[in-house]
Amino acid sequence: MDVTDLARLQFAVTTVYHYLFVPLSMSLSLLTALFHTAWLRTRKDHLKRATVLCGQLLLITFAVGVVTGLVQEFQFGLAWSSFARFYGDVFGPTLAIEGMLAFFLEATFLGLWFFGWDKLPKGLHLATIWIVAIGTQLSAFIILSANSFMQNPIGYSINPETGRAELENFGTLLFNKLNLAAYPHAASGALMTGGALLLAISIWNQLRRPGADRAAVRALGRVGAWVVVIGGALVAISGDRLGVVITEVQPMKMAAAEALYSTTTGAPFSLFSYAGPGEAEPSIKIDIPGLLSFLATHDFHGTVQGINDLQAQYTQQYGEANYVPWVPVAFWSFRLMIGVGMTAAVLAALYLFVTHKDRDLPAVLSHARIRPFAVLVPVTVGLMPLAANAIGWIFTETARQPWLAFGLFRTEQGVSPGVTATEVIISIAGFTIVYGVLAVVWVRLMCRLVRSGPGHDEHAHEDDHSDSTPDRDDDRLVLTY
Amino acid sequence: MDLPTIWFGVIIAAWVLFFVLEGFDFGVGMIVGLGRRPRHERDVAVRTIAPVWDGNEVWLVGAIGLMFAIFPEWYASVLSGLYLPMVLILLALAARGVALEFRGKYHGEGEERWKDRCDRVMAASSLVIVALWGAVVAVLARGLAIDEGGEVMASGWTRSIDPLLTTEAAAGAAGGVLMALLAGALFLSLRTNGPLRDWARDVAVRTGGALAVGALVVAALTGQFVVVLIAVPAALAAAGAFGRREGLAFTAGAVTIALATVLGMAWHAPTLLPSTLDPSWSVTMESAVTSDFSLGVISWAALFIMPAVVAYQAFSYWVFRRRLSSARVA
Repeated sequence: MDVTDLARLQFAVTTVYHYLFVPLSMSLSLLTALFHTAWLRTRKDHLKRATVLCGQLLLITFAVGVVTGLVQEFQFGLAWSSFARFYGDVFGPTLAIEGMLAFFLEATFLGLWFFGWDKLPKGLHLATIWIVAIGTQLSAFIILSANSFMQNPIGYSINPETGRAELENFGTLLFNKLNLAAYPHAASGALMTGGALLLAISIWNQLRRPGADRAAVRALGRVGAWVVVIGGALVAISGDRLGVVITEVQPMKMAAAEALYSTTTGAPFSLFSYAGPGEAEPSIKIDIPGLLSFLATHDFHGTVQGINDLQAQYTQQYGEANYVPWVPVAFWSFRLMIGVGMTAAVLAALYLFVTHKDRDLPAVLSHARIRPFAVLVPVTVGLMPLAANAIGWIFTETARQPWLAFGLFRTEQGVSPGVTATEVIISIAGFTIVYGVLAVVWVRLMCRLVRSGPGHDEHAHEDDHSDSTPDRDDDRLVLTY
Repeated sequence: MDLPTIWFGVIIAAWVLFFVLEGFDFGVGMIVGLGRRPRHERDVAVRTIAPVWDGNEVWLVGAIGLMFAIFPEWYASVLSGLYLPMVLILLALAARGVALEFRGKYHGEGEERWKDRCDRVMAASSLVIVALWGAVVAVLARGLAIDEGGEVMASGWTRSIDPLLTTEAAAGAAGGVLMALLAGALFLSLRTNGPLRDWARDVAVRTGGALAVGALVVAALTGQFVVVLIAVPAALAAAGAFGRREGLAFTAGAVTIALATVLGMAWHAPTLLPSTLDPSWSVTMESAVTSDFSLGVISWAALFIMPAVVAYQAFSYWVFRRRLSSARVA
């Protein structure tokens, strides 16, 4: 492994890790805001307990998101300084505006929401959590526009003196055709993660804690499942749109996703393929005829360019080099993303069906023989959308190779010239240890919150306490520090 | 005043805000773990910073983001040249943030042990962070061995650690730790009541005094008489704490940190990062600045966004303005 490989590994590990907490924060802030709104409208106690539980899950998730996001902001300078110099003019405004406009908002207002129960008027207090929810979406849109530039560079010009990219039109950069397709896909994918978590919490409580607060547990499960189903539908619609745009701007990515070597008309979508050692063409294949052409061009008889033709085309365009990304990774990550994400949506729909009309989960699940395995259900359901999100990013970024900015700047050009392999190995070790410990602690805390469930009422005040409590400087929520 | 100069001022201001505001967070973090105070007092101490630390940390995001946006060359040279110290700072920041945030989220069996462990992590990581930042600011005031391309090309993996193994860096580290302790103690004396308040005042008197003496010693040894500037507010902070003028003392402590930050970061302005190899290779405002167009985009955006940021952050402080009592455990 040389410095470039190590730096890529470090970026991959830290980014995928950071992106476990980002979609959860986006989703949980919206769910908290929804529960909070519902509670204020109906004044039903169990909704307040659901709000507080969601808020606590959000708070510990957001905290890890912040500290890992800080690493992301530094990374372009640490191991990728050449890229930072090349691309700083375009990326800088994006990053600065995201920080000033969205991130400051989220961090400050989350603090206000969490500690403001007794200090803010009800309406303003509700507004703070909605501001957090909107802030996370803003953040996502702006940061994704920077990523979309890397996939489909537009709105820039190359300065002939310095050879660097310079921003020409900020609107073009923000509303990159690819970003308009990628952001809805990422946002709906994120939506599923929080819903799945609530659904998992609900199922777990129904299986393991018969004494749990039934109304709150039920609300969490139904709302969570609906969010996963709706999120799943939006993911499918936006993913379909995104596929068409990617085919247009990054045909090689789509060809790699399908392991399609030669340009084909009416190309099939392969569900499974296996190439034995030394075989160029797969020996075992399960195909759906015409589906790939449909996904890529919305026409079952459309033409999809193949890897070999694109390689020849890029060689002419950019010079001799290997322009083929890591095909097996692209092929399998693309399928896993779709498969895992859609399975979660189907399971959530099934849950909605069986608990319909105020029914509880079927008793069969708590049958003595199945019980030890039944706990696997909530765990799997809860993690599936997160896994699909992570796999989707692995697909997007590995299938962009060998480019950092497509057709403009290659990955090997971007690494800091002075940084040595040993330094990157040391930093990877450091990130692995600290991030590993963080993950263990975060999971343990999340599990404790799940186990205590919504019945654990942190906020021990009556709902109708007055807003003017001048001498009370600490309520029970603040005491959780 | 042209636009890059104004922005340079804004970036320095963001660093000042980060070091001043987070300075007392790190100080409280160290005091909580090192002070061996009873647990309920530690709980109260953590609660003074809990609602605001996240809002304070955003200034680091702001400072680094603006450095990248306005002077990409400065951002790239500083971070790649100080690779390992910066990574260590980030790791310590991660540990500190999570220890602080997760400290009170563990209920039931083993809660006491969990809190003690979080307090130890918080103290150790806060100490590492302020010592490293102090050293880094001192190193930046001196410059890095950057070549024409703005990179430190020294061979060997210690290239980013070597600049920190100097007397200047050691003085910077000591200064960073003392300043954070002073700010943390003053903040506690301002935000709490009871025994914790009295104890924090003592800590402030001692650290403020040590800082003033240290600054005078550094000034005498280096002949850089401008360093005396730091001794004045530090002595004032110690005196204010001694005379129970907590508001005045806290202001003086903040001024101490602000002055030290400005001195370190803007020592060579308009040169942003001097090259110790060849002055012509130094990163200057002129050579590092982004294109006029980008500068315009960010400036317009900031014009609308910044007043709002300052307003809601001030509002947040106003909401959590009450003293917390350490005499009783609610």
